[in-house]
Amino acid sequence: MAERIFVQANEAVGWGALSADCMCFFGYPITPQNEITEWFARELPKRGKIFVQAQCETAAINMLYGAASVGVRAITSTSGPGWGLMQETMSNGANAEVPFVVVLVQRGGPGAGTTQHAQMDYISTTKGGGQGGYKTPVLAPASVQETHDLVQYAFYIADKHRTPVIVLTDAIVGQTAEPLEVKKLDFGPLPPKDWAAIGSKYHKDGKRVGISCAQGWSGQPPYFTYQSFLEHLNKKYPLIEETEQKYETWQTDDAKLICVAYGYTARVCLEAAMMARREGLKVGVIRPITLWPFPSNIIKEKIAQKARFLVVEDSLGQMVEDVKCVVQGKTDVHFLGMLARHQPGAGGMIFPDRVLQEVKKLL
Amino acid sequence: MKESTRQKVWVSGTPKLWIRHPQGGRQCPGCHHPIFERAVCEVLEEMGIASNTIGVPGVGCGARMFMVVNVDFVTTAHGRPPDVATAVKRIYPDRLVYTYQGDGDCLSIGMGSFMSAAARGEKFTIIMSNNSNYGTTGGQMAPTTLMGQKTTTTPEGRQPIHGYPIHAAELITQLKGVVYSARTAVNNPTNYQRTKKYLKTAFQKQFANLGLTFLEVLSACPADWHMTPLESLEWMEQKMIPEYPLGEFKNVDKIE
Repeated sequence: MAERIFVQANEAVGWGALSADCMCFFGYPITPQNEITEWFARELPKRGKIFVQAQCETAAINMLYGAASVGVRAITSTSGPGWGLMQETMSNGANAEVPFVVVLVQRGGPGAGTTQHAQMDYISTTKGGGQGGYKTPVLAPASVQETHDLVQYAFYIADKHRTPVIVLTDAIVGQTAEPLEVKKLDFGPLPPKDWAAIGSKYHKDGKRVGISCAQGWSGQPPYFTYQSFLEHLNKKYPLIEETEQKYETWQTDDAKLICVAYGYTARVCLEAAMMARREGLKVGVIRPITLWPFPSNIIKEKIAQKARFLVVEDSLGQMVEDVKCVVQGKTDVHFLGMLARHQPGAGGMIFPDRVLQEVKKLL
Repeated sequence: MKESTRQKVWVSGTPKLWIRHPQGGRQCPGCHHPIFERAVCEVLEEMGIASNTIGVPGVGCGARMFMVVNVDFVTTAHGRPPDVATAVKRIYPDRLVYTYQGDGDCLSIGMGSFMSAAARGEKFTIIMSNNSNYGTTGGQMAPTTLMGQKTTTTPEGRQPIHGYPIHAAELITQLKGVVYSARTAVNNPTNYQRTKKYLKTAFQKQFANLGLTFLEVLSACPADWHMTPLESLEWMEQKMIPEYPLGEFKNVDKIE
């Protein structure tokens, strides 16, 4: 059996990034992601890699944009208000089509909200939180091992589609410690980064290249008109939606009621579903791993099976909108949100027995 | 009119690095950006480093530089070239990395990025064009607008309630991470030569790997100043250069 270490998921971000040959980290302190920034500060310089503590999150993501523009793998992490500050350059990265990875450890909102867990950034991550119309893939791990694996997968998806990618965790997942097997994952070959702006003499044809966050308007190749750039995006996003859906299911084949949840609440739902099964209730779980693209195909499959849905998320209702959008009234969609936490303070959680109670009410 | 304002020089040909656009330049008559762009082309050619250069433009008229100067470039969000250049230069320390920003980009929206890059002693060159207003958006007040100067957002002229002009080249010398800071102009052939000399010094010092190098370039904006090109040259000599004196303000060989 491979050697395992006992770490937090926040630290597993670092191990995953190293396994993916990530060269740089740029970040700014904010709770509850500080372990990530501190891990990179400790581990990158001694490996000859680059760590910069930026003066703000706006700077951190622009450094990330710079690193991605010269063809290097780079990562940052943030939470709550820091995520708000990064939106402009998330949008610029989507326009310029530069691949980088942002880890968002969700905390309570809106505003400064809390420094504790929540799942309230689903909409701002999956629907393009910044200016203009863009989408970026969002990956939602639910364990330490999966955080490590999905950070590597995020770099792969980013390079494959030339897009920023978000790894969306929360304070519960991020600060949970579990055994981790550090290993390099191979997802297949990637195209060369011959578009990177590294100085004209390093390009095969000796011609200059430019990275522009005003593609289609700036008059630079390959999109000489705004229309041609829009046509490109209009193919790119549906292609990602078709080909990159990822999810996990648990006992959905005969389920009458299916819990849909991601991140920490998915683990809560799994526990609740196991308890329900022991009582003979036909309950299953769908755990979306990609939040954009939303795994609509599996939901459609289960509608045909006449299953009903219970969406559990630690927010006032965000992912439930996507489930309803796929279901289109063909079956029931119920919601259990953060008002079902075990206590009213910022530290309250949705526990399995509360989910079970809801399941029993519905079956 | 002063002798220096009327000085004429014949220039033949364009630098090899200059990209010709069939639709012609998009600059207003009398704008100084193309003159400075030419100086950059000449210096890069003379130093033989153009193919090893990565430019980082800000947002504003100056961003045009990368449509006409044939080097690799990475465009950025408004005010953020120093952050982008920080990553680029740290990843590729052997490349020449320079930003080209306006006064609004560098001193207003991007002041935090500018000062922080200087404080960290980042080893690239920041070039800031100072035309005392926001040119691209139609001539609003900038951090460099002179007291009394009329703009579209100071219709009665800049008053104390609007705040006071920022002198970037002097200000930035206070930070330890800065090894070179100078201000120049391209309003006459003498200053054009001075600009090339300062640029060369800044680029050479960048390769000494010591700290940040900064160059401020005064630039006429006749269209938004509502003057003829010749009147704007006179205004520059009479008003702008006395407020923003030319010269080198810091040139050190080590940081102590």
